[in-house]
Amino acid sequence: MTPIVLSQVAFGIVFGTFAAQKGLTFVETVTMSGAVYGGLSQVVGLQGWPTDFTVSALFALMLATFAVNLRFFLMSLTFRPWLGALPPWQVYPTLLFITDANWLRTMRYRDEGGNDVSFFLGGGLLLWVTWVLATGLGFLFSSWMTNPKAFGVDLLIPAFFASLLIPAWKGMRQAIPWLVSGLVAVAVHHVVGGYWYIIAGSLAGAIAAGVIDDK
Amino acid sequence: MTSSLVHGEVMLAIALMTAVTVSLRLGGYLLMSYVTVTPRVRRMLGALPGSVITAAVLPVAWQGGLVAIAAVAVAMLAMLISNRDIVAVIAGSATAALLRLAGFAG
Repeated sequence: MTPIVLSQVAFGIVFGTFAAQKGLTFVETVTMSGAVYGGLSQVVGLQGWPTDFTVSALFALMLATFAVNLRFFLMSLTFRPWLGALPPWQVYPTLLFITDANWLRTMRYRDEGGNDVSFFLGGGLLLWVTWVLATGLGFLFSSWMTNPKAFGVDLLIPAFFASLLIPAWKGMRQAIPWLVSGLVAVAVHHVVGGYWYIIAGSLAGAIAAGVIDDK
Repeated sequence: MTSSLVHGEVMLAIALMTAVTVSLRLGGYLLMSYVTVTPRVRRMLGALPGSVITAAVLPVAWQGGLVAIAAVAVAMLAMLISNRDIVAVIAGSATAALLRLAGFAG
């Protein structure tokens, strides 16, 4: 649990710093972390953050959030056999704590024969509090700095994201979709801005993964 | 603008992001009986997080030139060696800071 909490602190501080740079207020930043509670989607959301909140800009933001958080849907599926016997008023609030880290540790716990829902719920609460506090801390940290670029703060997010690819690496074959995604994103980035390059790249990556057979 | 605590349009955008994310978190459980997750669909969803990351990072590195590319490369190398994302993030930004100090633009 400790390494997960520590990396949550690091990512939270990085996100808070990023949000401050993008011009969000402290309250907006902490609200986003508490309500959306999905670091990857929050960063992607801010990366193409609209200056003009038109209907089409908001729609693109929703589409990008959908693409990034679609994996929560798949994780949610896996809870039906486990929680199916509990009353809905207990199940649905519990499902709000689905995140990559909390889901993964719970799956491991279930594999080892664990059956206590409070393992998922308790871990989820701790990670949520950690995430919101770290985000606030990062925001405050960033406002002390007069020239964030001199400290490389603008590259915190790209560096963090790129480092995530290392533990996710499962071989060349599984990395082909990532490459397809990256190249499509670079191409689309040249033509249109906003979120479209992230959406187009991710979609191309997923399609590539669907086309490549399992071996 | 700058002195206010919240802006209506920003809060609306956050509310929409929340609505999408909450529906996904609850939706899988709710629709379990109607959805068949084939191996192909599972594979496509499995490739999404990594694809989102490369789609988000590569254009930034491309545009940011030498400083951004070096920062990203050092972060990945640091992760490979230390297996700690905190170390990777600090190494990546420190690389960018040092290169800028040395006079590299970007």
